[in-house]
Amino acid sequence: MKSDTAILSKELPKTDPRVKLIAAKMKKENYKPDALIEILHTAQNAYGYLPKEVLAYITKSLHLPPSRVFSTVTFYHFFSLKSKGEHTCIVCTGTACYVKGAQAILNRLEQKYSLKPGQVTPDNKLGIQVARCIGACGLAPAVVIDNDVQGKANAEEIIETINAKTGII
Amino acid sequence: MNRQELQALAGKAKGKHEQFKHKICVCCGASCISSGSEEVLKKLQEEIKTRGLENEVEVIPSGCMGPCNQGPLMKYLPEQTIYQKVDCNNITAIVQSQLIEKKPIEELLLFADSREKPFVNSNEDPFFKRQMKIALKDCGDINPENIEDYLAAGGYRALEKAFFLLSPEEVIAEVKQSRMRGRGGAGYPTGLKWETVYKYVSDQKYVICNGDEGDPGAFMDRSVLEGNPHRVLEGMVIAGYAVGSSKGYAYIRGEYPLAIKRFELAIKQATKLGLLGKNILGSNFSFDIEVRIGAGAFVCGEETALIASIEGKRGTPRPRPPFPAEAGLWGKPTLINNVETFAGIAPIITNGGEWYSETGTPKSAGTKVFALAGKIKYSGLIEVPMGTTLREIVFDIGGGVQNGGDFKAAQTGGPSGGCIPAEHLDVKMDYESLISLGSIMGSGGLIIMDKSSDMVDVARYFMEFCMDESCGKCVPCRVGTKMMHDLLQKICDNKGTQIDLDRLEELAVYVKETSLCGLGASAPNPLLSTLRHFRKEYENRIMNHQ
Ligand SMILES: Cc1cc2nc3c(=O)[nH]c(=O)nc-3n(C[C@H](O)[C@H](O)[C@H](O)COP(=O)(O)O)c2cc1C
Ligand code: SF4
Ligand code: FES
Repeated sequence: MKSDTAILSKELPKTDPRVKLIAAKMKKENYKPDALIEILHTAQNAYGYLPKEVLAYITKSLHLPPSRVFSTVTFYHFFSLKSKGEHTCIVCTGTACYVKGAQAILNRLEQKYSLKPGQVTPDNKLGIQVARCIGACGLAPAVVIDNDVQGKANAEEIIETINAKTGII
Repeated sequence: MNRQELQALAGKAKGKHEQFKHKICVCCGASCISSGSEEVLKKLQEEIKTRGLENEVEVIPSGCMGPCNQGPLMKYLPEQTIYQKVDCNNITAIVQSQLIEKKPIEELLLFADSREKPFVNSNEDPFFKRQMKIALKDCGDINPENIEDYLAAGGYRALEKAFFLLSPEEVIAEVKQSRMRGRGGAGYPTGLKWETVYKYVSDQKYVICNGDEGDPGAFMDRSVLEGNPHRVLEGMVIAGYAVGSSKGYAYIRGEYPLAIKRFELAIKQATKLGLLGKNILGSNFSFDIEVRIGAGAFVCGEETALIASIEGKRGTPRPRPPFPAEAGLWGKPTLINNVETFAGIAPIITNGGEWYSETGTPKSAGTKVFALAGKIKYSGLIEVPMGTTLREIVFDIGGGVQNGGDFKAAQTGGPSGGCIPAEHLDVKMDYESLISLGSIMGSGGLIIMDKSSDMVDVARYFMEFCMDESCGKCVPCRVGTKMMHDLLQKICDNKGTQIDLDRLEELAVYVKETSLCGLGASAPNPLLSTLRHFRKEYENRIMNHQ
């Protein structure tokens, strides 16, 4: 792994639209440190996760100690330091879904794709995650595949949808 | 815009709606969208156009109507006829029958597949008949993305009344008289909280709307924000006027993108009409609202953690006092209320505090929204007077346990609450009664369990939740939840002993009494309540390993 100083001094390509997006957001927020979480949201949405170089760029621009940024990022579930995969499958394990058999769905997916929650396939095609509750409890068990909520989910149907999207068989 | 212009606009909006002979609402809440309601909406709009009925029939993409697992839902007004599980292929037939021939298609009506005879007027169906909608009024009848719909339904009249007819003290007096209690979980009297913030003198005060809704299995706040965002916004502005604040924040869970989008749109529309911003309606009062998006941490629902999160920091709680009312956001006096609390404000101001206090029980006034889910026949969003019994909710409204199973327990209050067993089905749903059973009202999540639920595992499940979500700041919670979880896991694995059980009970008391914030202090509740009502299941695991 590169040393932290090397990462801190690495310049991001200014023409990258994702970098431009983050730069614009920081400017809009006046480089206020209290807008850190908002800015991290923008970065996470742009990249799908938070690469170290990007964190270093934000750290420098807001004049914050790296520890402050890092500790904030690791505190919140939503932010991730690793890629979540090209396609994501989020299994809700909130109470309503738990009562309606979310664990069995999760077990089946874990077995099918040899992944544990939080892991991504070696080719980065698919990542499996769990959620605390996505607010579709009336349709429990709920699974989200690439932002599409699937209510009254059934493991085999979920697998079919995932396979169709990712090309995994 | 000034007051007269607002009234004129509302009148015009109302007139526009009244031109139409019929209204058709298609639920576009997140649940119905995931069941395909957006396609239904599109197809219906085409159908109306093809038939040349655009001037007679108004098609409205509305918020949540309630029975979420029957979606997509489509409602005909004024008849109040609801169709369930609407399929794009049925739309032509429904329009032909319902609108043209005036003959509803019985087999497609709401609950047609489970009731002997479905109701043409949905208000007569037991699911709705027992309900009373105050916070959810208009939700499901208006387009949440159109401020004119809200104005036509009488929206922003409470704000106007507060600004021009009442002093801040009088607004607070109305809220006090309503005896409303905060809907975020703890049930603190709302009027008293407002008065406390009002009394602190400061150059700046803040109003925060808590839309973090971290309780897994709860979706009340989400539905209100998605279905009627202007109602929450109006409540926040009135609160700002009452306590003397010019700046509000709405903290909404990141998991609710649609709620965020609709609330942001509501802010934009209200600002454009001068209902937010400088000198609102020509008064001297100015108020702005900013949205803050949560980043997925349950503890951020706790008020001091939420404030830290708005300040851009790790969302860890701090000791109280000082309470946020004295020193909150950036050390300034801060009023923090739940989404549903704010949604109840406009009706209180419009109809008076006394009117509100007439509903409910002496100590818990008004109505409460519940998110009914789990092993229940009709899950969804309901609003009932405080003091309605659990039995009425589960059996009359919810239609009983799914697939005719036996009721085993109802879980209220999420990870901070407890389980209510069948012998207490007649408990009144109000703050005190639930506490006396070892549970809490919480924010309104109500999960029904049948005999397939193993209560020891339920306790382990919630303990795992608290262990994962503990922010780690204080030892009793950080270490205690882990120890309790491991003991519960051991018992679930049939390896537990009586000593483990004794140890659990001892730990529960320590953690409850010594944790810094509500997360730790209430983490033992699911364990204690299942022990209280289902001790046999623990003993079976220990003695008989089953
Ligand atoms: C761990 C924890 C989580 C909480 N989560 C929420 C929440 O998601 N929504 C909420 O409104 N209040 C939540 N609360 C309660 C808030 O701290 C606060 O009491 C509430 O927002 C006040 O609003 P009210 O008076 O309108 O109820 C939580 C409290 C604790 C201890
Ligand atoms: S009780 Fe738990 S969540 Fe609350 S401050 Fe302590 S460690 Fe953090
Ligand atoms: S518990 Fe799964 S969506 Fe709420």
